[in-house]
Amino acid sequence: MADEAYNIGPPAASQSYLCQDKIMNVVKASGAQAVHPGYGFLSENTEFAELCVKEGVEFIGPPASAIRDMGIKSTSKYIMSAAGVPIIEGYHGEDQSTATLAAEAAKIGYPVMIKAVRGGGGKGMRIAHNAEEFESQLDSAKAEGMKSFGDDVMLLEKYVEKPRHVEVQVFGDKHGNHVYLFERDCSVQRRHQKIIEEAPAPGLSDEVRRSLGEAAVRAARAVDYVGAGTVEFIMDKHQKFFFMEMNTRLQVEHPITEMITGTDLVEWQIRVASGEKIPVEQKDIQFNGHAFEARIYAEDPNNTFMPGAGPLLHLTTPASDENTRIDTGVRQGDEVSVYYDPMIAKLVVWSEDRGSALRRVKAALADYHVLGLSTNIQFLMDLAGNPHFEAAQVHTDFIPQHYNELFPERTVSDTALCQAAISLVQQEAVRARERSTATKDPFSPFTLCTAARVNSQLIRIIVLQDGDEKVQITVQSNRDGSYSIKVKDRQYHVTATQRKEGDEMNITCNIDGKFSSARIVRMGSSIHIFSLDGRQDLTLPVPEYLSASGSKASTGDPVAPMPGVIEKVMVSVDDVVTKGQPLVKMIAMKMEYNIISPTAGVVKKVFFKEGDTVPKGAVLVHIEADPEEGETD
Amino acid sequence: LRCEIKRQCRRRFHVDEAAPIGTRPETSSSEYQENYVRMQALVQDLRDKVSTVMQGGGPKAVERHLSRDKMLPRDRINTLLDPESPFLELSQMAGYKLYGEEEVPAGGIITGIGRVAGVECLIVANDPTVKGGSYYPVTVTKHLRAQEIAQQNCLPCIYLVDSGGANLPRQANVFPDRDHFGRIFFNQARMSSMRIPQVAVVLGSCTAGGAYVPAMADESVIVRKKGTIFLGGPPLVRAATGEQVSAEDLGGADLHCSKSGVTDHYAQNDQHALHIARRIIKNINYKKDPGVTVEPPEDPVHPLDELYGIVGDNLKKTFDIREVIARVVDGSRFDEFKAMYGETLVTGFARLWGYPVGIIGNNGVLFSESALKGTHFIELCCQRNIPLIFLQNITGFMVGREAEAGGIAKNGAKMVTAVACAKVPKFTVIVGGSYGAGNYGMCGRAYGPRFLYMWPNSRISVMGGEQAANVLAQITREQRQREGKEWSEEEEQALKAPVIRKYEKEGHPYFSSARLWDDGVIDPVDTRTVLGLSISASLNAPQEKTRFGVFRM
Repeated sequence: MADEAYNIGPPAASQSYLCQDKIMNVVKASGAQAVHPGYGFLSENTEFAELCVKEGVEFIGPPASAIRDMGIKSTSKYIMSAAGVPIIEGYHGEDQSTATLAAEAAKIGYPVMIKAVRGGGGKGMRIAHNAEEFESQLDSAKAEGMKSFGDDVMLLEKYVEKPRHVEVQVFGDKHGNHVYLFERDCSVQRRHQKIIEEAPAPGLSDEVRRSLGEAAVRAARAVDYVGAGTVEFIMDKHQKFFFMEMNTRLQVEHPITEMITGTDLVEWQIRVASGEKIPVEQKDIQFNGHAFEARIYAEDPNNTFMPGAGPLLHLTTPASDENTRIDTGVRQGDEVSVYYDPMIAKLVVWSEDRGSALRRVKAALADYHVLGLSTNIQFLMDLAGNPHFEAAQVHTDFIPQHYNELFPERTVSDTALCQAAISLVQQEAVRARERSTATKDPFSPFTLCTAARVNSQLIRIIVLQDGDEKVQITVQSNRDGSYSIKVKDRQYHVTATQRKEGDEMNITCNIDGKFSSARIVRMGSSIHIFSLDGRQDLTLPVPEYLSASGSKASTGDPVAPMPGVIEKVMVSVDDVVTKGQPLVKMIAMKMEYNIISPTAGVVKKVFFKEGDTVPKGAVLVHIEADPEEGETD
Repeated sequence: LRCEIKRQCRRRFHVDEAAPIGTRPETSSSEYQENYVRMQALVQDLRDKVSTVMQGGGPKAVERHLSRDKMLPRDRINTLLDPESPFLELSQMAGYKLYGEEEVPAGGIITGIGRVAGVECLIVANDPTVKGGSYYPVTVTKHLRAQEIAQQNCLPCIYLVDSGGANLPRQANVFPDRDHFGRIFFNQARMSSMRIPQVAVVLGSCTAGGAYVPAMADESVIVRKKGTIFLGGPPLVRAATGEQVSAEDLGGADLHCSKSGVTDHYAQNDQHALHIARRIIKNINYKKDPGVTVEPPEDPVHPLDELYGIVGDNLKKTFDIREVIARVVDGSRFDEFKAMYGETLVTGFARLWGYPVGIIGNNGVLFSESALKGTHFIELCCQRNIPLIFLQNITGFMVGREAEAGGIAKNGAKMVTAVACAKVPKFTVIVGGSYGAGNYGMCGRAYGPRFLYMWPNSRISVMGGEQAANVLAQITREQRQREGKEWSEEEEQALKAPVIRKYEKEGHPYFSSARLWDDGVIDPVDTRTVLGLSISASLNAPQEKTRFGVFRM
């Protein structure tokens, strides 16, 4: 989208996006008058904001002082409290002795939250439910704070149960004007990070809404805020709210505010940075309808939302229109790298009311097809369809509370099995046709009379793997072009039409009179069925004779659980290892993994060295199992 | 000005179109409905019989076979074929009621044509559930017929071998003659010399003579612990030399792949072996050149099942053969040749599954003109390299003084000469009666059609049962008269009835198919598909030039 682009170094942020001098060099080389710092990296970095001032370039954001004041939680709370913004009870003192902290915790009353002063993103944060566990939780928070931020100063806060996360979009200019653009509810979170956001926050009275906005404006004014900022509040079930923190930048979820207020906040940022006044006054800012943002991440919801990376082998998105906005920077064939946040896209929709907006989210998610890596799309669909979410009973513990509903046992439906079977059968016929077009005999009935048999009908047996279960489906073609399909003991009469759309097969089936449609993608041995019910996956068992003869020995070898970088190799060739012995340490998604030996044996090969980047599934070490140990077949 | 007017020409916009033939039958008429029901019953009977045949040697044998972790022969074929490939199975009714109480479903062997790795191949699969896959006389006949088809049409052969060899009690009808067991290997050698690939997949035993199937093949595959090949099995070896040896050690996959070199490829199981066979065909570098123009096919404009109501099961009722043609050829378009001459024979050009065809069909007894017209038309097709289709519904050539004086014998002979000599692929479908010399003129089995099929309503015999009975009765009556004896009506009936019964039995398509007089009994509705597949298979062979014999003038 940019007119000009400059290379600022290798992918690792520490060598590129976080290098202030490199950014400044580009500023000079390009003759830029201003820097937009985006959402992360240097966007809340005081030094960089100061550097910009020093170099005479406009930093599109608040003054460095506001960043500093709001960046330290204890300072920010102090300022807010002085400005009449409600804050939560807590201890922000300098005496960090365990005894003092424990006493303060008792004064505040359990449950108490222990939080690193310089923390963020859930790091260095623990909850103590009672005095007994306070000390261990404190130690744990300190250790993590030290490791993550090099600082273990803690603050204590009253822990609000089932709180909502409600944040207000504010805007300031250099002329002392401050406005708010209503609030967003970002309560539903996993790993203390947002996953779905909506604006406005559901269920607020006009009065609460106004007092939230006004409190946020007071907060902004207190630090002479300039540009776009977000004041985050914690809200209890009586809609009492308390200041939590202020994000001194534009936020990922700002589009939902734009959708309901009809504004372009980035445009405002640039106008304000160039000295203009905020284009409207508070009384002219209205909101209309309801907007959602669903964040599509490369992560595995079934495995504690573990972040992932990998190639986007297949990618189709719902169509954008004035009510559906897709913010993304990747295309099919791109790779979600291990270096940055694994977000694939932001799906933003608007509608007249919350119910219809939610339906629109679900429909759009059903059209969002990603293959090649795990994503949270199915989870988002389940979340959007959850009755409690529909009823707006949101809070930050929503996912753990409704875990069983959100992670149901899944088996592929008979409908999807029928669709997959017919799609497979028809694609074989299409393939035969494609192969003959180049020959001198393109119309032979051996090509076109699909599966014809003399005085009988071919009954195909198709075996598909649904997770750990093998499902047998028999498909018989009838003379009238319909199919008789048997799934387990259930018999269906099916007619189907199928056409190719891009890389997907769009299939419409009539199964015993009920119409259904789906899009099917086959990638090698895996079959993916996308429909309004979400995505269902099947695999075609690969016959044994197709696997290379040499691969048998290596099937037990340890592999990279996800893409990452080798941190340490702890064994070398000819080492004798025991079962469970750590072999390799790797770092992936900022997390550390110990790769252990699956068996006792001798190391025959080490495939990577420290610092190497490894893809998911790569065999790391080849171990020849000790014959006495016996093979795990 | 006059000149200019002359040069003007009205543009026609339908130059590539042709009016379809065939009429809409009166489907509500009682005759149509009765015909429909009766033909449908015949077709249902055929499907039921074939369905029984497809069970192979019965549930016990099937279960025993499966318990050895082996695939059933039809599953083997389906696994071997390209997914979704058609399979033109031949002679399903072979061996039907041929050996009294002894049932030999499908003659104990499954043959047919299907695509493997994009190549049309002839597949021969023993059915070990039928008497251990041993060769009955009909099994040999069916195997040889399949090889004949492969040779005539240049189709690579894949033998799925799982057979105990010749049926010993019936050795006299299996072993010694020219067209007996030995001919199988003779054919393999000859076809290989003609560069028609011969591939054997040994999935079970392959004893004695049977050992030559993989040994004579260009490439062979054997399944570990399932396939065995030896000239003499363990009992015979023990009797002959006293040596005690297991079947596996005597002729198993390990031995033949690593020591003897009798087989080339080692497979872990049936699936694997069939996969290897597919790879072998993939590597034969076979290219089909149909040698005729092809066009995108079009379905006939009339519903095919109307054939049931039009034809029915009563051979005495006539129907216009054009109605059949209209339900076989592309777009029901038929460019008739000499429509007004020799009207009892219908000739003309059409497309069938996109291939050009010349069609000759019967609309009554053959007169001299009909025979001359047929001869002319066969010459045209040979000149132009157009495959010929014969739709037989023929009582014979015209008899009588006038006909003989008109030279019906020599004119009929012209047609028979033309049919006999024509080298273009010929296909015959018997849609009604097939009697007498009419069978010859219309390319009966003796005239070498590449494929010959029968409808379930059809009959084949030297003449109709009643005619034969009448002829015999006439002769007897004259004899009695010469002897001055009385011959009562009852006596005449007593003579005629068994003759009629015998002709009815022996003229039946199942009787014919059981003995390989044809390549299969087919549902009239399938005629178009079966003919299309047959033509496609035949076009694997290079074109041959026709040289006609002397036409008596």
